[in-house]
Amino acid sequence: MATHHHFAVQFPQVLLLRKPSGFAMLGEQFFTSNKFQYLKAYESALPLHEFLTLHAHSVKAIFSSAGAPVTAEILRLLPEVRLVVATSAGLNHIDVVECRRRGVALANAGNVFSEDVADYALGLLIDVLRKLSAADCFVRQGLWPINAEFPLGSKLGGKRVGIVGLGSIGSEVAKRLEAFGCCVSYNSRNKKPSVTYPFYPDVCELAANSDVLIICCALTDQTHHLINKQVLLALGKKGVIINVGRGAIIDEKEMVGCLLRGEIGGAGLDVFENEPDVPEQLFALDNVVLSPHSAVFTPESFKDVCELAVANLEAFFSNKPLLTPFAAVD
Amino acid sequence: MDNNSNNIIVLMVCPVSNYLEQEIEKSFKVFKLWHFEDKEQFINTHKDSIQAVVGSAAAGADAELIESLPKLEIVATCSVGLDKIDLARCKEKGIRVANTPDVLTDDVADLAIGLILAVLRRICESDRYVRSGEWKKGEFKMTTKFTGKSVGILGMGRIGTVIAKRAEAFDCIIGYNSRTEKPNLNYKYYPNLIDLASNCQILVVACSLTEETQHIVNRQVINALGPKGVLINIGRGLLVDEHELVSALLQGRLGGAGLDVFEHEPDVPEELIGLENVVLLPHVASATVETRKAMADLVVGNLQAHFGKKPLLTPVV
Repeated sequence: MATHHHFAVQFPQVLLLRKPSGFAMLGEQFFTSNKFQYLKAYESALPLHEFLTLHAHSVKAIFSSAGAPVTAEILRLLPEVRLVVATSAGLNHIDVVECRRRGVALANAGNVFSEDVADYALGLLIDVLRKLSAADCFVRQGLWPINAEFPLGSKLGGKRVGIVGLGSIGSEVAKRLEAFGCCVSYNSRNKKPSVTYPFYPDVCELAANSDVLIICCALTDQTHHLINKQVLLALGKKGVIINVGRGAIIDEKEMVGCLLRGEIGGAGLDVFENEPDVPEQLFALDNVVLSPHSAVFTPESFKDVCELAVANLEAFFSNKPLLTPFAAVD
Repeated sequence: MDNNSNNIIVLMVCPVSNYLEQEIEKSFKVFKLWHFEDKEQFINTHKDSIQAVVGSAAAGADAELIESLPKLEIVATCSVGLDKIDLARCKEKGIRVANTPDVLTDDVADLAIGLILAVLRRICESDRYVRSGEWKKGEFKMTTKFTGKSVGILGMGRIGTVIAKRAEAFDCIIGYNSRTEKPNLNYKYYPNLIDLASNCQILVVACSLTEETQHIVNRQVINALGPKGVLINIGRGLLVDEHELVSALLQGRLGGAGLDVFEHEPDVPEELIGLENVVLLPHVASATVETRKAMADLVVGNLQAHFGKKPLLTPVV
């Protein structure tokens, strides 16, 4: 071993399946540490399967970013992995069950994105109700001098807003909505004892009693297509849906149909079932605001999440507790 | 003409809404100035019968109109802004003036916050990015966080106060400038507008337009706000030196702007149309179904109160 000392891997290796957005947006220097090294699968010419097999003995952790699912197959090829760190709050792209089975720890983005996502949800809501994007378009097209009457919007104050998923993001959304005079209620897996907003155990009933639904929950097997035709019809033709969770929480095909037929009143969507594909029928609608999954695209969020990811990895390699361990569903 | 119990004649100087026209017509005879090609001749013909004028943010009653209507008793504007009415002259002649405060405060404040989010988070630009197919080519760009930012409010009246409360829910640091410091406010008062602009990232123009406040947001104020600063105007176009604003945006001396009002509505400076760091709205801060109805009801209520010899609901003069 002594003669190979120089060339032995000094630091534990953290696998990157895909180049994180943060590397490009902020710079790789924000992600480096003296406690571990990155192993960049995306820079290798080898097919992934071969690359992982070659490095199986040295990869101790996986740094998972959007668009790079951590599947059971990948975990099987990397038996030394004991930690997966995600740069998102939701872990729907990670085989959580397989991780649990193998005793692989999970860390996510904790609350670092909550403020930005909540701000964005409010921005989308005000835009849909007050028609900001449509009005901006109207002005840019030179229509204001020709057609003095732009259609009236709808007041925020007094609107009943149902939050689907009252976690960190949902709570920040609720706090902001209260300042606008909205009446907040929610649906969640369980009622939150410390919260005074009305709780609806059934999302359909929440929709029936709301003017607006804001989707803030995680995507899991239980929440896949949670917002289906029944829920949308319950929301009704003046109802507005805002999605800052994951596209697949809503039955997108049904929602498009409802919007086209006027069965719901409008939508503000930052996420879609098959990004970056967006149903083109939505492009003709001016009661819809579309956004390219950018609710967390601020320097603060990116810096905070990479600091957190590095801190989680450093804690792990120092045998200290994770800062933001992913908790099981409550 | 409907069967009126009285034949009081109301002159509407600009279109507001069908609803307002219908409601006024229930109790009064209405002349609509925009239906007449020769406005001067029309006024000459009817000057001795017109007892009320109804206007809006777009048009009101200037000195010339007031002088030409000897029987004018009340000017009711469907707006909270009074810049289109010669208040001094009305006072002098004992003409009553009524506007529509309070009912629109929330909507205007909501729009101010909506504009801040739209500009900082590039929401309208994002919508265009998706619709044009650009998302298929690559991710969107970095935007600016709103929570925790410093917001400066020019004019801490009804609307400014409510904007401040909403911004507090986003943990913003609030400062303000107004003619006088307001007691019992937890926000930092800046007696000098340039100081306020130097110390905030987002400046919201929420004061009323008077002779003193024309172009109050001038080149120095805009420069003080700076290349990362954002200007939001939900007051009146003339409060901002529009020429300087355009030049600052084009030269990058100002980071962005959210504008609901312009100096010469409905004309918007051509140079702004091509900019991505601005959001441009056609004066819609009070434009919700609910609020426009409430405003119209208040106008009619004021007219009925005056001619019914009761106290005005929302008197100004």
